[in-house]
Amino acid sequence: MTTTEERPTEFVDNDQKPVGYGRMLRKEDPRFIRGMGHYCDDIALPGMLHMAILRSPVAHARIVRVDTSAAEAHPKVKAVVTGATLAEKGLAWMPTLSNDVQAVLATDKVRFQGQEVAFVVAEDRYSARDALELIEVEYDILAPVIDARKALDPGMPVIRDDLVGKPDNHCFDWETGDEAATKAVFESADVVVSQDIVYPRVHPAPMETCGCVADYERVDGKLTLWTTSQAPHAHRTVYALVSGLPEHKIRVIAPDIGGGFGNKVPIYPGYVCAIVASLVLGKPVKWMEDRSENLISTGFARDYIMRGEIAATKEGKILAIRTNVLADHGAFNGTAAPTKYPAGFFGVFTGSYDLEAAYAKMTAVYTNKAPGGVAYACSFRITEAVYLVERMVDCLAYELEMDPAELRLKNFIKPEQFPYTTKTGWVYDSGEYETAMRLALEMAGYDELRAEQAEKRARGELMGIGISFFTEAVGAGPRKDMDILGLGMADGCELRIHPTGKAVVRVSCMSQGQGHETTFAQIVAEEIGIPPADIQVVNGDTDQTPFGLGTYGSRSTPVSGAAAALVARKVRDKAQIIASGMLEVSVADLEWQKGSFNVKGDPSKSVTIADIAMKAHGAGDLPEGLEGGLEAQICYNPENLTYPFGAYICVVDVDPGTAEVKIRRFIAVDDCGTRINPMIIEGQIHGGLTDGVGMALMEMIAFDEDGNCLGASLMDYLIPTALEVPNWETGHTVTPSPHHPIGAKGVGESATVGSPPAIVNAVVDALKPFGVRHADMPLTPSRVWDAMQGHPTPSV
Amino acid sequence: MQVSLTVNGEEVSQEIEGRLLLVHFLRDKLGLTGTHWGCDTSNCGTCVVWMDGEPVKSCTVLAAMAGGREVRTVEGLEQDGELDPVQQGFMECHGLQCGFCTPGMLMTARALLDRNPDPTEAEIREAISGQICRCTGYATIVRSIRWAAAHESAVSIGSRP
Repeated sequence: MTTTEERPTEFVDNDQKPVGYGRMLRKEDPRFIRGMGHYCDDIALPGMLHMAILRSPVAHARIVRVDTSAAEAHPKVKAVVTGATLAEKGLAWMPTLSNDVQAVLATDKVRFQGQEVAFVVAEDRYSARDALELIEVEYDILAPVIDARKALDPGMPVIRDDLVGKPDNHCFDWETGDEAATKAVFESADVVVSQDIVYPRVHPAPMETCGCVADYERVDGKLTLWTTSQAPHAHRTVYALVSGLPEHKIRVIAPDIGGGFGNKVPIYPGYVCAIVASLVLGKPVKWMEDRSENLISTGFARDYIMRGEIAATKEGKILAIRTNVLADHGAFNGTAAPTKYPAGFFGVFTGSYDLEAAYAKMTAVYTNKAPGGVAYACSFRITEAVYLVERMVDCLAYELEMDPAELRLKNFIKPEQFPYTTKTGWVYDSGEYETAMRLALEMAGYDELRAEQAEKRARGELMGIGISFFTEAVGAGPRKDMDILGLGMADGCELRIHPTGKAVVRVSCMSQGQGHETTFAQIVAEEIGIPPADIQVVNGDTDQTPFGLGTYGSRSTPVSGAAAALVARKVRDKAQIIASGMLEVSVADLEWQKGSFNVKGDPSKSVTIADIAMKAHGAGDLPEGLEGGLEAQICYNPENLTYPFGAYICVVDVDPGTAEVKIRRFIAVDDCGTRINPMIIEGQIHGGLTDGVGMALMEMIAFDEDGNCLGASLMDYLIPTALEVPNWETGHTVTPSPHHPIGAKGVGESATVGSPPAIVNAVVDALKPFGVRHADMPLTPSRVWDAMQGHPTPSV
Repeated sequence: MQVSLTVNGEEVSQEIEGRLLLVHFLRDKLGLTGTHWGCDTSNCGTCVVWMDGEPVKSCTVLAAMAGGREVRTVEGLEQDGELDPVQQGFMECHGLQCGFCTPGMLMTARALLDRNPDPTEAEIREAISGQICRCTGYATIVRSIRWAAAHESAVSIGSRP
C-alpha cells in the first residue's frame, strides 16, 4: 500500500524527542557545531610521525632507478621506503576489493599519473613533504593507453604485464539478459532508437580527504588503525590477509568521517604504507593525502561508454532495451563489487518499465588512469544504468514526438505486478510508480510548465523540462549471491540494555555523515520503547562492534537497520519472559505497550523495560532456564535487496547567447518505504540532487593524450556551490518493502542516481529547437554551445 | 620565528617556521582542530576563520601574517556556555551532515549576520558561495542561517542590552 502521509510521531518528552520514528534533531550535531568532531587528521598521539607519498608524474613508465639517499640524509627523516623495499617483505602488491591486485608502491612500472612510488616518514608533515623533493626517480617513459576505445587495438602497449601471460588490456567481459530473445523483439519492432551515451569519469571528492593513523605496539603486537573507512571490518580482514598480522591483533577504528560517497570503501596504498611504517619504526604514523592526491589517485566513479538501443511500438509501448558498454577501469580493477557482479548492479538498466526483453553486454578494459569505478553514491553502477534507460526513454519520446511523462506512465510496472522479476533477473520488491509520477507532475504544475515553454519557444527563449523516473536496488545483499572479496554481505548488530534501562546498540555499518547515531537509536527506540536519547549507538570500531560489511550502496538501513530492529525484538522477547515472572502470569497473557508489558485486560499490572532490565541484572531468580542480563546479538542476512524509487522533474533555462544552464526548479518525489527520520531523509535527498547537478553540468575527471589528469584540484574539478543549485522541492510516497522487518528501503544514493538524467533531459529538451536529441555530460556552456551548433558529443 | 596573536580572546605566542600556514598553526600547534583543511587552493572553505573580524581561508594565510591580529575560530563561537544562534540554527535545520564544512560555514554565517542581520536567500547563497558542502545541497544551510537571523532578532528585542 502506498501512502503520502507521514506516520504520526509519538513524543516522549517536552523536548519533542520521538519514542521511535519521526523528525528528531541529530544526536551527533552538538559536537560538530562546536568544532568538536573527531576526524582522522585530528588525532595526535605522543611521538607520532608523519608520512608523505611520492607519486608518479607520468602515466606509464618503467622505473629505471630510485635514489633515496638525499632524502634519507634529511635530518628530520626517519625512513624512506620504495617498492623494492616492500617487495623484499612481500608487501609490494595487495588485493583490490574486486579480486584484482594493485601495487602498494610501484616496483616495475608506474601505470597511472599519481601512482605511489615511494614514501617518506618524518618528524613533521612539512619535513616529510620536503624530503619527497629529494628522492630521484629515473623513468623510462612508455606510450600510455588513455582512450578506452583504443585499449584493445592490436599493438597497444600492455599495461598489466605484471599479470603472467597477459597479452592485452582486457579486464573482463560480462553480459546479462537474453541476447537472442532481445534480437527477435528488436527485429520485429515498429521503432528502434539508438544513441551513443558517455557517462564521464567523475570523483566523489568528499570534503575530508583519505588518511589514517597507524599505531603498532611492539610489546602487545597489536596494530590500531584510525582510518577513513566506510567498511572497518572488511578492511581489518584484508589487512590481516595482506600483512600476516593475526586478525585479533588488528583494531580498525573509523572516527568521524568527513563524507565518503564510496571514496572511502577501497583500501588505498597509503593505508598499507602507514601500517608498514608503524611496524618498521614502532611509532604511530599519520598519513593524510592532500586534495590533489585525493582527486588523482583515489576511487573515481563511472567512465562508461555506452551504446543504448530501445525498441517500441509506434504507439509508445516499450518492448526491449539493449546496450553495449565499454567500461574504463583504469590501471587496476579497483572497484568494490560483489564477485558475481563485476559490473555492479548495472543489470537493473531495464529501469521501471515492463519489458518483453533486455540484453546488456560489457567489455571492461585497463587504461593508464587511476583505479576505481564504484564510488560517488552510485549504488554499484545503478547510476550508469538509470542514466542509460532514462536517456533512452527520452530519445524514444523525441522520435515518437510523445510527451516524456506520458511515455513513462504508459510503460511503468503496475503495482499488482510486484514482486516483479525483470528480464535480467532482479526481483523488485514493491512499487507504485504511477502514484509517485503523478505527485511529481502535480507538484511541478507540469501542464502549466509546458504551456509556458511553448510561449517561450515562440519568443526564441530556451526553457527545458526534464523528467526521470528511477528504480534503485540497494541493501546488498543476500549472502548466497553477494560478497566483497569472499566476505558475505550480511551485518551484525548487538543490543545491550543496562540495569537502569539505558541501552547501547553496536552496529557494523559506519556513518560518514548520514546520522547513524540518530537513526539507529530511533529504530531501536521504536521496537523497545526506550527514548532515542537513552540509546547510545556505537559504530566504526572493530573491537567494539560485531562483524559486518559497512556502509556503501545505501545498505545501512536495509541491512544494519533490519539487524537493529530484529535484535531489539529478540531482546523484547526475552524481556517478555522476565516480565511474566515478575507479574506472575504466562507469557501469552502479556501485551506490549511500547516500553512496558502489562497483563492483558489489566493495565495497572505493568512493568517497564527499565524494571525488567534491573530484574535481569538484579538479585533473585529469573524464570526457569533463563540466563541473566538483557542483551542479544544477531547477524542479518537480507532476503533480497530493497528497491526505492522516485520521480524527478527539472526545469532549466538556457541562455541563448552564452549557453549557460540555470536550474530554475527541481522537484523530487522519493519513496524509500517506511520513513524513520524525515529530516535526515530530506538531507540525503538534497545532497544527492546536488551531486547530480555537479555531474550533469560541471564535474569531469578528464585526461590529456599523455595521461595527465586535468581535474587535479578544485580549481579544475568544479563542484556545485550554493549558487549553482536551486531550492529543492521534495515530496514523498511510502511503499514499504514487504521483506524488510520495518519496511524501510535505502535512500542515501537515490538522488545521485535519479537526478543526472532529469537535468540532462531538461537541457536537451531546452535545445529541441536546434534538433538536439542528446548531448553528453557535463553540460558546460561550451558543450551546450557545441550542441546548439550541431556537435553534441565531444570526446572525453 | 616568533609569532604572537590573539586566538578566541587568548594571547598566544609560539616559535614557528615562517612557512607555517595558519590552518596548521591552529590545528597542530594549538590543538584547535575544529578548523579543517580541505583543498590547499582556497576553493573549499573548510578552513575559514576570522582575522580581525574578517573571514579568511586559513589554508592560504601564513601564521606569521596573523601576528598581532585577533583570530577567531569555531571554538570561539560559543560564549559562556551559550551557543551562538548560527550554531543552534544548523542543528535545528539540519544544516550539516558529516560536519566537515560546518565550522567554516558557521564562521561565514556569523560574519554575514553581523553585517546584514536579515539577509535574503540570495544574499546567503552569495555569502557562502566560496565554500563547498558535499552533503547538504545547501538548502538546509540557507534555512539554518535564516533561522539564526530570525532568532537573533527575537533575542535582541527581548534580552539584549
